[in-house]
Amino acid sequence: MQDAEQIRALRQFSVRIRMEALKSIAAIGIGHIGGTLSICDVLAVLYGGVMRVDPSNPSWQGRDYLVLSKGHAGPALYATLALKGFFAADLLTTLNQPRTNLPSHCDRLRTPGVDMTTGSLGQGASSAAGIALGLKRRGISNRVFLVLGDGECNEGQVWEMALFARQFKLDNLTAFVDYNKQQIDGFTSEICDLGDLAAKFAAFGWHAQAVDGHDVAAIGQAIEDARIEEGRPSVIVLNTVKGKGVSWWERDRNNHNMPITAEQLGRALQELEAQLAEY
Amino acid sequence: MPIILATENVDEHVAMRDAYVDTLLELAGQDERILALDADLMLAMGVQRFAIQFPERAINCGVQEANMFGVAAGLSVVGFIPFAHTFACFASRRACDQIFMSCAYARLNVKVIGSDPGITAALNGGTHMPFEDLGIMRGIPGMTVIEPTDSVMVRDIVRQVARLYGVHYIRLARRFAVKVYEEGSTFSIGQAVTLRDGRDLTIIATGFCVAEALAAARRLESRGISARVLNMFTLKPIDQEAIVATAEETGAIVTAENHNILNGLGSAVAEVVGEHLPVPIERVGVRDEFGEVGPVSYLKERFGLTADHILAAAERVLKRKH
Repeated sequence: MQDAEQIRALRQFSVRIRMEALKSIAAIGIGHIGGTLSICDVLAVLYGGVMRVDPSNPSWQGRDYLVLSKGHAGPALYATLALKGFFAADLLTTLNQPRTNLPSHCDRLRTPGVDMTTGSLGQGASSAAGIALGLKRRGISNRVFLVLGDGECNEGQVWEMALFARQFKLDNLTAFVDYNKQQIDGFTSEICDLGDLAAKFAAFGWHAQAVDGHDVAAIGQAIEDARIEEGRPSVIVLNTVKGKGVSWWERDRNNHNMPITAEQLGRALQELEAQLAEY
Repeated sequence: MPIILATENVDEHVAMRDAYVDTLLELAGQDERILALDADLMLAMGVQRFAIQFPERAINCGVQEANMFGVAAGLSVVGFIPFAHTFACFASRRACDQIFMSCAYARLNVKVIGSDPGITAALNGGTHMPFEDLGIMRGIPGMTVIEPTDSVMVRDIVRQVARLYGVHYIRLARRFAVKVYEEGSTFSIGQAVTLRDGRDLTIIATGFCVAEALAAARRLESRGISARVLNMFTLKPIDQEAIVATAEETGAIVTAENHNILNGLGSAVAEVVGEHLPVPIERVGVRDEFGEVGPVSYLKERFGLTADHILAAAERVLKRKH
């Protein structure tokens, strides 16, 4: 259970992740803004003290792993990794530029701190399960964190993995679903309604929780509750807002992949600076 | 590398799948990183034996090929060497994106074993017959694509591939091949094997078409035609040198494969020849059709994959020769 000081620090961390992510997207002028902003809180919690990682040694065998299966939110992870010191922060403005090491979708070959290449939805789920299984087979007690999108849960492969992870008792696997209720073509309820996602995973035999995906304290508690579960994998459904943190982008129907002007960046950073001051 | 050719036209008494599992058992005994994955076809492939001996190293995912190849990729991330098996049709068509993205694009170390290639799916019928798997796999950058000819080659190839980093596609029939090589033969991945020398044309073949090619070459010899036979067991990287040399030396080529004439061996050879040393080519293979159910003997005739068909193609190509 985090104390007030830790919670304050995590809130500030999540705002800084948002600021850096937006600056990097603005440098190329267009990007996956909505789904990047919605996961900044869970990333702050994970990299703000939960995950065992060594920024100076990204391939440290004793580390915890993160698979960002919704790979298009790469900018959020890159901002987090840069702030943690995995690489120089000035690299962030090379996002999607020619010959960059920060491509739109996560690439384990290019970016220090990225554990698995993702982008084709549903696939990161399986590789996370494979990493978790491999760690268990080696008797290593590290954890594997998997971040799924909600639209991504339309993919059958996610449910193949759900059956598999339960079968193989992957209690070192903790999945998050960024349940921001929007996919590209509309709200998930209009396109492919997922209903009660936690109940669905519970029906697959998982330990399942649902929390406010922007409440760092609640997320931290859920991760701890997941950690002590034995014999089955855990999911934490994050009830989030696509575009969270910038008032005019929140719940914008078209915020999956959108252009951003210097003027918009300026206004967004002002809002975020104000949030920082609050904490 | 010693290559010892067997007496021709003799069926093996070791099934290809048993040679595969025997070798996997041997390798697993030496290297704790070797794993066997399957999608509910352990019994069909004989991998049950492996699961009994190494229960912690056999992973049966059930009927979920897409997840299986992603899991294999994840296991590779933490240093294991997964050999993931399913029928070749499911590996290549159903799990194409997973093999492409999670394994190859991510530059991981995964061995993809596709069984029941082409017509050898037999009584499972057209829904299970991959005539395009070589084409699909060959189109993936960095992929090594191998079709072992008999159980001796299976053993050698599996041993080599276990020590090589990367994504390898191994296409093999489950049951009995016609024996082409004797015990002790070893092979170089990427190098074609000349099984029979000749001057008038070259027959380049893979899989069971190698035995058919040898039979065709014998019959051509009795007609005074000298046919060279190359076993192009590695489809990717293709042995460009051998193809160019044989085009130069013999001036005409017939290719023969248990696969569509589009995108497989015939296409690969035509690409090399067209760019380097154009000579007439005739492709023997499935002529862009779907499969159908039946015993292998019927299907070989139905889809034109016999020594007769190779012989007829040889005669056609010789007429076109300059």
